[in-house]
Amino acid sequence: MAKSRFWLYFSSPKTFYPFSGKLIPWCVGVAAVLMAVGLYMGLLVTPPDYRMGDSYRIIYIHVPAVWMSMIIYMVMAGWAAVGLIWNVKLAEMMAGALAPTGAIFTVIGLWTGALWGRPTWGAYWVWDARLTTYLVMLFLYMGYIALRSAIDDPRRASKASALLAIVGGINVPIIYFSVKWWNTLHQPFTVAPGQESKIDPTMLWTMMIMVIAFWAYTLAVSLIRVRCDILEREKNSSWVAELLQGSSAGNKQ
Amino acid sequence: MSESIKNTGLFAAFRLMVARDLTLAMRRRTDVFTTLFFFIIAVTLFPLGVGPEIELLRSMGPGVIWVAALLASMLSLSTLFSGDYEDGTLEQMVIAPHPLSVLVLGKLFAHWLTTGVPLALLSPLLGMQMGLGSAEIQVLLLTLLLGTPVLSLIGSIGAALTLGVRGGGILLSLLILPLFIPVLIFGAGAVDAFTTGVSIDGHLSLLGAFLVLSLVLAPLATSVALRISLE
Repeated sequence: MAKSRFWLYFSSPKTFYPFSGKLIPWCVGVAAVLMAVGLYMGLLVTPPDYRMGDSYRIIYIHVPAVWMSMIIYMVMAGWAAVGLIWNVKLAEMMAGALAPTGAIFTVIGLWTGALWGRPTWGAYWVWDARLTTYLVMLFLYMGYIALRSAIDDPRRASKASALLAIVGGINVPIIYFSVKWWNTLHQPFTVAPGQESKIDPTMLWTMMIMVIAFWAYTLAVSLIRVRCDILEREKNSSWVAELLQGSSAGNKQ
Repeated sequence: MSESIKNTGLFAAFRLMVARDLTLAMRRRTDVFTTLFFFIIAVTLFPLGVGPEIELLRSMGPGVIWVAALLASMLSLSTLFSGDYEDGTLEQMVIAPHPLSVLVLGKLFAHWLTTGVPLALLSPLLGMQMGLGSAEIQVLLLTLLLGTPVLSLIGSIGAALTLGVRGGGILLSLLILPLFIPVLIFGAGAVDAFTTGVSIDGHLSLLGAFLVLSLVLAPLATSVALRISLE
């Protein structure tokens, strides 16, 4: 009971706003430090791959970006469902705040994948099941963002895009298996990404550091976005008025 | 009419909805023909674009016809609910005693009869244009008959979400074309498999599975979307 009250306490924009404000500097700090450490280790400390040489080093950006983009879609669809089912305003805002970051990570994943594919497979793009599904995921993100921004009423925009995110989430596995079957029918798997079975422990550690850095970055950016959304939607409430008065008084001192 | 609707059962309501939409489609025949001619023109553009070599056209044919059918049914979807939305019929449907999903299913059945079925019936003609053999054309017709209702069903979710939204038509394509991909793969893939001598049972079974799945889930999602749009 106490636990559920704890979560309900933070589901109110009024209490979430100051809490998230305290959280953001920590997330930014963790992201900056770990990204610097991860990039240093990835580019200078870890040994070169015996097959791919130095070109594999893009993995430290590519893999965390791809992971994040997929996790963000799931989290986004989850928040969208919470917002739609229990009518929680903050969950709706959170889903909307995650989408641009997810889309950007998807673009980074595709881009770095293409740059990595050229030296290792000899092509920027192959119609592999994973790549194709991943491209479709970018389309789903784009559809979500486009629908959300095309509707002016924020509540209707949140609900409509939430339904779309859930429908898209149900479809992702169906699309993946369809594309996989289509792909194996048309061409045998000549190249399959991600077949390195054993990697050096330092490589794994570096990758984990980058993953945590990307998590922290995602948290920071989406919290900043959600705070803007809160202020915009709650601009007529008394606590925002007090907050703005307080901050302008603080500036005068 | 409202009195008769109130006293009708579920199936009668469904039938009335189908009859109403078919009557409306008969009175606005140009809408139906525009979709069909879009289908014909889109397929005709491909030989002009890639060249008239019959071997090339034969290998591309099923895919081209399927993509054109996909685009044609997508274009016809933007008007699925917009007329009812503008004149207030949709609100009456929402407050009707019958479940909205059943009424939506009736509308979708009528939509399929006026777009999906004519598209499928036209496909043999376009198949011949693309140099397909008669056996391949039969498979194409079968896959289109199985696949086009799925397109109507999935597309109705997007049509309901984009009701009254600015730039609705182009937005609709962005929302639903990614969701059409599985249908395209197995629809066009069945004809390819038939040409290469592989059994097409798997393709047809999967298309059937998509049909059953979307028949159950899509009307529910569409009625939720319509309620959101009418709020």
